[in-house]
Amino acid sequence: MKNNTLGLYLHIPFCVRKCAYCDFLSFPADEDVRRAYARALVREIRTAAQKRRDRQVDTIFIGGGTPTCLPADCLDTIMTAVTDAFDVLPGAEVTMEMNPGTDSEGLDRFIFRFINRLSLGLQSMKNEELKDLGRIHSREDFLKTFAHMRRLGVENINVDLMSALPGQSAADWEETLRLTAELQPEHISAYSLIVEEGTPFFTRYENGSLDLPDEDTERAMYRTTASLLAEAGYQRYEISNYAKPGFESRHNSRYWTGEDYLGLGLGASSLCDDTRWRNTTSLETYLDTSMHPESLMRDARVLTVRDRMEEFMFLGLRLTKGVSLEEFAERFGTSLRDIYGSLPDDMIAKGLMAEAEGRLFLTERGIDVSNRVMAEFLL
Amino acid sequence: MNQKNIRNFSIIAHIDHGKSTLADRIIEQTGLLTAREMSEQVLDNMDLERERGITIKAQTVRTVYQADDGEEYIFNLIDTPGHVDFNYEVSRSLAACDGSILVVDSTQGVEAQTLGNVYLALDHDLEIVPVINKIDLPSARPDEVAAEIEDVIGLDASEAPRISAKTGLNIHDVLEAIVNQLPPPDGDPEAPLKALIFDSLYDSYRGVIVFCRLMDGRVKRGTRIKMMATGAEFDVVEVGHFGPGQFIPCDELTAGEVGYLTASIKALRESRVGDTITEAARPAEEALPGYKEPQPMVYCGVYPAQSDKYPDLRDALEKLQLNDAALQYEPENSTALGFGFRCGFLGLLHLDIVTQRLEREYDLDLITTAPSVIYKVYKTDGTMIELTNPSNLPDPSEIEYMEEPMVKADVMLTKEFIGPIMTLCQERRGVYISTEFLDTNRVLLKYRLPLNEIIYDFFDALKSRSRGYASFDYELDGYDRSELIKLDILVNHETVDALSFIVFAPNAYERGSKMCEKLKKEIPRQLFDIPIQAAIGSKIIARETVRQVRKDVLAKCYGGDISRKKKLLEKQKEGKRKMREIGNVQIPKDAFLNVLKLDEE
Repeated sequence: MKNNTLGLYLHIPFCVRKCAYCDFLSFPADEDVRRAYARALVREIRTAAQKRRDRQVDTIFIGGGTPTCLPADCLDTIMTAVTDAFDVLPGAEVTMEMNPGTDSEGLDRFIFRFINRLSLGLQSMKNEELKDLGRIHSREDFLKTFAHMRRLGVENINVDLMSALPGQSAADWEETLRLTAELQPEHISAYSLIVEEGTPFFTRYENGSLDLPDEDTERAMYRTTASLLAEAGYQRYEISNYAKPGFESRHNSRYWTGEDYLGLGLGASSLCDDTRWRNTTSLETYLDTSMHPESLMRDARVLTVRDRMEEFMFLGLRLTKGVSLEEFAERFGTSLRDIYGSLPDDMIAKGLMAEAEGRLFLTERGIDVSNRVMAEFLL
Repeated sequence: MNQKNIRNFSIIAHIDHGKSTLADRIIEQTGLLTAREMSEQVLDNMDLERERGITIKAQTVRTVYQADDGEEYIFNLIDTPGHVDFNYEVSRSLAACDGSILVVDSTQGVEAQTLGNVYLALDHDLEIVPVINKIDLPSARPDEVAAEIEDVIGLDASEAPRISAKTGLNIHDVLEAIVNQLPPPDGDPEAPLKALIFDSLYDSYRGVIVFCRLMDGRVKRGTRIKMMATGAEFDVVEVGHFGPGQFIPCDELTAGEVGYLTASIKALRESRVGDTITEAARPAEEALPGYKEPQPMVYCGVYPAQSDKYPDLRDALEKLQLNDAALQYEPENSTALGFGFRCGFLGLLHLDIVTQRLEREYDLDLITTAPSVIYKVYKTDGTMIELTNPSNLPDPSEIEYMEEPMVKADVMLTKEFIGPIMTLCQERRGVYISTEFLDTNRVLLKYRLPLNEIIYDFFDALKSRSRGYASFDYELDGYDRSELIKLDILVNHETVDALSFIVFAPNAYERGSKMCEKLKKEIPRQLFDIPIQAAIGSKIIARETVRQVRKDVLAKCYGGDISRKKKLLEKQKEGKRKMREIGNVQIPKDAFLNVLKLDEE
């Protein structure tokens, strides 16, 4: 059943400045560093592609950081290298993340040439909230960028939103949702804020000055998100992702269904031929040795059948449609209930999971406590 | 060696008054050990002891002292454990001595254990030399403390060496006092062998190493010996003396000497502390007085945290019993916890030490249930059972009445804490006996209390309510009839037998509510509401609820970085492993003991 397609993830680890909640691998850097990085990335792309001549690239995702922190001519060189070196299928989904207020000379031309899906980091429609998050843009900046991209002809746009912000009320969140839905992007990602260690938010959290909504409010926000977006024509297809029919992210779906993706760039994660690894997170090492992708590999792990079963479950259960019993049997040559015994039925009995049409999926309550449910599926 | 050049003595002191440090100085200054060889606190060689700052397993050292009179003396310094749980062991160690050094901290004065130990030493007719320690400290008040020793204990302390064991000041005075004030041993080397076992040690190569004091006779390799209490016979393989940290074999031990012997003895059970060794061919007429079987005072259930580790626990207990003769255990079965053991201990410290050793030395994860004393249950059919496990209490209709063990407690404290400590004793059903002023400031408070009121957390409560100033000692004082009932705890509507305990009836309601409150804090929120109830029979007397988890979801899965997500899930699963599942509810293993700590304000 293994198809021969491949997803590519290209990591651009730069941003204008760190947001208060962000613990991603991204940082501000001078233009000569950014240009040097683009050249190094091109070197990695060329070598990595040689080993994957038999694979058809079906999705590409340029993520960050903020990819548009790179000068447009660099982005151009990178994508030209990708299309030259890899066998990119016509109709491949090519996504780029972008933050409002990071347009640069020549970016429009680049997007027009290479990109058919944009992911815009909005997070909130409220300027006070944006300020508190440490975002560099205002709501007006976003509206301008959104309108501009539509004029440019981008017909598939995702907007990233964040709920459960410090001081945020249910009404605040509804307003952000409503205003976003009115714009009718094809896809909306709505995440609850996670306070990560090492971020300014964490410091505030530790000293008690981060006024987070309580669990019940947070869960109410989550339910509002689903119902409000459903009215506006979006379906939840993953715990935090909503799309108009046919606009589910094809690239991200690879993560949840265990399809191969190759991560290129600093710190990028890969799953290829049953091996997971991530690239070095040292910029210096990366710049020096990116022409030898094997030397960049860190934490490589060949997945055992057990690993793959676990992943099949805890990733697949993130999807609204859940996991297919038939697919499990096909992939592993044994039935899901042979492996997990009464666990699925215990979960069903507890109202955390449900089964329909040969699929097991989380109930609303199951989603609320999904970490607990998924942990049970570790073998 | 001539008997008159031998001194067999111990050092007695309240905890932290400097016993081990003084022992180190004596060993150092008698020259058998160079300063370089001195590891800190030579006598305390178990990790566990060092952490707790107390000596658990008595050990003994022989050193050689060149006295001012020009003669060489052999000092056998016999170490004694410093805790009330080991009172019997202390008494056997003292019985092996001819004299004692009493160390009193010049900043603290006479404490409860000082008194307890002195009385024990006097019981054995030991000559006592008082020593006033820690005079280097600014808060030292040696004159007052000397007066206190005279007033409270009745020992002349005017000549007592005033020392600092820490800095080594005036240690020479102590050594000379040992020579001049403590008596040499007597005993007839030609009489039938009579040797007191005061300690023993299990060695996996040599078997049991018996520590003994020869009262009469002699023993050497090849002597066929007989243990007078157990009747077991062995052929002696080796005899010798105790060098600091090592055994030094010799040809023969004779009357008045202290040493060790090995005889291929397989288990400590066969060489009980307090037993008398004699020669099989020419036995002594009667054994030395004072032998007692080790008597557990506290029982609790010990279970493996993972039920499949039961065989490992059984093996570990078997091995541990080889070198802890006081430990008793027998298999039991709990509905909540599965297969485990009901273990008997000398006291709570002993319990603590055993469970810690099981966890450390045998790498086990344990659940220990509520410690219980031994109740006497008189049944309507005229029989009596000794109850060590609360869940085995017969139906109330079959019980005529019950009795519980009592203790007499000495609490020594400064007068500003009399109020709070009397309140504490009364809360614990204590009956006031007397108050004695030791001087203008220090007070000896005597109470009679039920043992079950002091076994959980009395000591901690005492310390916290007196800001650490009160000290405490107790001795068993028979059984009293009492109004006792069994309190059951239900978690998610199921009785958890491991949490059942016996309680004084009028306190049941309060104890039940406190247990529920406490358990609510101990049990983490889970996927559903968990009712926690306390019940007497079928009557619910208290209830709390652990509210269900509302949310535990990771919103974002970072750009294909699955390892992070998996780590989180694994951590979650690991956390669950540290719990015990009882009727669908995850209970952390420490909860079984933590719920008993009631005095936490």
